[in-house]
Amino acid sequence: MANWHLLTVEILTAALGLGLLALGLLVPHSDRRGIAYVATAGLAGILAVAIGMREASGVVLGGYVIDPFGTYFKILFLVAAMLTAVCSYDYVEKMGLNQAEYYALLILATLGMMILASSGELVSLYTGLELMTITFCILAAYHLGDAKSAEAGIKYLLLGAMSSAIFLYGLSLVYGSSGTTVIREIGQQVATRGASPALLLGTIFILAGFAFKVTAVPFHMWSPDVYEGAPTPVTGFLSVASKAAAFAALVRVFFGALPDLHNFWVQLFIALAVLTIVLGNLVAIPQTNIKRLLAYSSIAQAGYLLLGIVSFSVLGVGAVAYYAMLYVFGNMGAFMAATAFYNNDGSDEIKDYAGLARRSPLVAALMLFSLLSLAGIPPMAGFVGKFYLFMSIISRQYIWLAILGILMSMVSVYYYLLVAKAMYLGNPPEGSKPLQVAPGLQVAMVVSLLILFILGIYPTPLTNYAMNSAVTFFMP
Amino acid sequence: MITLNHYLAVGGLLFCIGLFGALAKRNAIAVLMGIELMLNAVNINLVAFNHFLAPDQVTGQIFAIFVIVVAAAEVAVGLALVLNIYRRRLDSNIDDLDWLKW
Repeated sequence: MANWHLLTVEILTAALGLGLLALGLLVPHSDRRGIAYVATAGLAGILAVAIGMREASGVVLGGYVIDPFGTYFKILFLVAAMLTAVCSYDYVEKMGLNQAEYYALLILATLGMMILASSGELVSLYTGLELMTITFCILAAYHLGDAKSAEAGIKYLLLGAMSSAIFLYGLSLVYGSSGTTVIREIGQQVATRGASPALLLGTIFILAGFAFKVTAVPFHMWSPDVYEGAPTPVTGFLSVASKAAAFAALVRVFFGALPDLHNFWVQLFIALAVLTIVLGNLVAIPQTNIKRLLAYSSIAQAGYLLLGIVSFSVLGVGAVAYYAMLYVFGNMGAFMAATAFYNNDGSDEIKDYAGLARRSPLVAALMLFSLLSLAGIPPMAGFVGKFYLFMSIISRQYIWLAILGILMSMVSVYYYLLVAKAMYLGNPPEGSKPLQVAPGLQVAMVVSLLILFILGIYPTPLTNYAMNSAVTFFMP
Repeated sequence: MITLNHYLAVGGLLFCIGLFGALAKRNAIAVLMGIELMLNAVNINLVAFNHFLAPDQVTGQIFAIFVIVVAAAEVAVGLALVLNIYRRRLDSNIDDLDWLKW
């Protein structure tokens, strides 16, 4: 008797996504806006169910693991999907296309991430990864009237498919050297048989596949282009949720199946983390487009998250989980502000943000505090997250890595404040009007701003949950 | 006698040819074909491992079927996107996709 009730969240998400597709065909064109509200309300309902199941644990069908770690990430994806949906109302309506498909794809991408974060088995891991990637290709190219959007879609598809082919080759080698695809059994096989050349090669290939998804340097080349071309809400979702999903799966594979090769792969992760932090922060400085700036900043953020993996400890994994959650609010906040600005002025250039504070104090404040949180300035949430990440590597004696991270955080303050300077010290262009922001988006903005402060001032409940969820990987 | 190593050699060779095609070809459809070769190399690996190492289970073959299905979905989306771009620019050369800085 399989324990299907553990799959409630996934089943509800799949039903919601498919239901919206059907609903889109039934609802007349004039009432299409309602679909967006149904999607948001549905996601909120599923979020409530997921929060109710946060302590549930068990294995479904021998290969699908429900544990607090997976559920933590599912809550994260649902929050990000809700913010994206709210953010998309006006944006999608402006594109003038079938809205039901957009929201259905958004929800199916969320489903892919959930499967990715929860699968304890390589076949379902791969399926979840591809469900996420292929839906994101369509979403990135969703703006049919915009050539840049089409180009972003095809770039993501070609490079994504290439990286998943490499990833898959790695999976086949790991399967070949252990004889099983269940992550826990692979771990046992590796412990008894030891490392073989095929296994090490497979590890490197899998690492490359994950590095592509989390945009670690040197596998980051696609991200600035795709981020710039894709519709802004999709970019926000892609930068937070798909990255978090890849990190969750990365932790599952490397900590669950390959802990015995830890001394081998940790070297690779250190190299990736150093390159990612340094290059992401330095290349962000000369950017003039807000989406490209955020793309490079999110590359740098992936570097900080990699530090948690390097530490290979409960503290490190908990810090990754915690940082991923507040990264949702920080980055989605910045993208919500960028979307609101684009809806009014149709521009993504930082120089056009001049005097934004006088045209819309809320949008400017949201952008400012989100960026400060990403930079890790107290009392914003980002400070606590970075504190835990640096703590975790210092406890492993990587002092130099922590110093590098802190130095590069200071560099990041510079380019974040360039945006703030334009918004607060610049003069608005002649004849510019105050920004019109839809009420729903305003509510989402205020909520995400409040959460950034609350998580910064009183982080204990969430950090406790994150740390407890991380314990699963270090039990005998 | 054909052993596991022969199959793995074919798989590795096919993978390298596919990777070369995906990196060297300038036409988006040719790149997709290169990626297909890489995926088929993976399938050869999976089925060979299954046959030689764990013949009593069919995990590897099931995995290969999943790969085939997902690859088909990927190509369907890929061709749709190529068509979309082609209709706009009458071209499917990826060197011309330079509206965004590569």
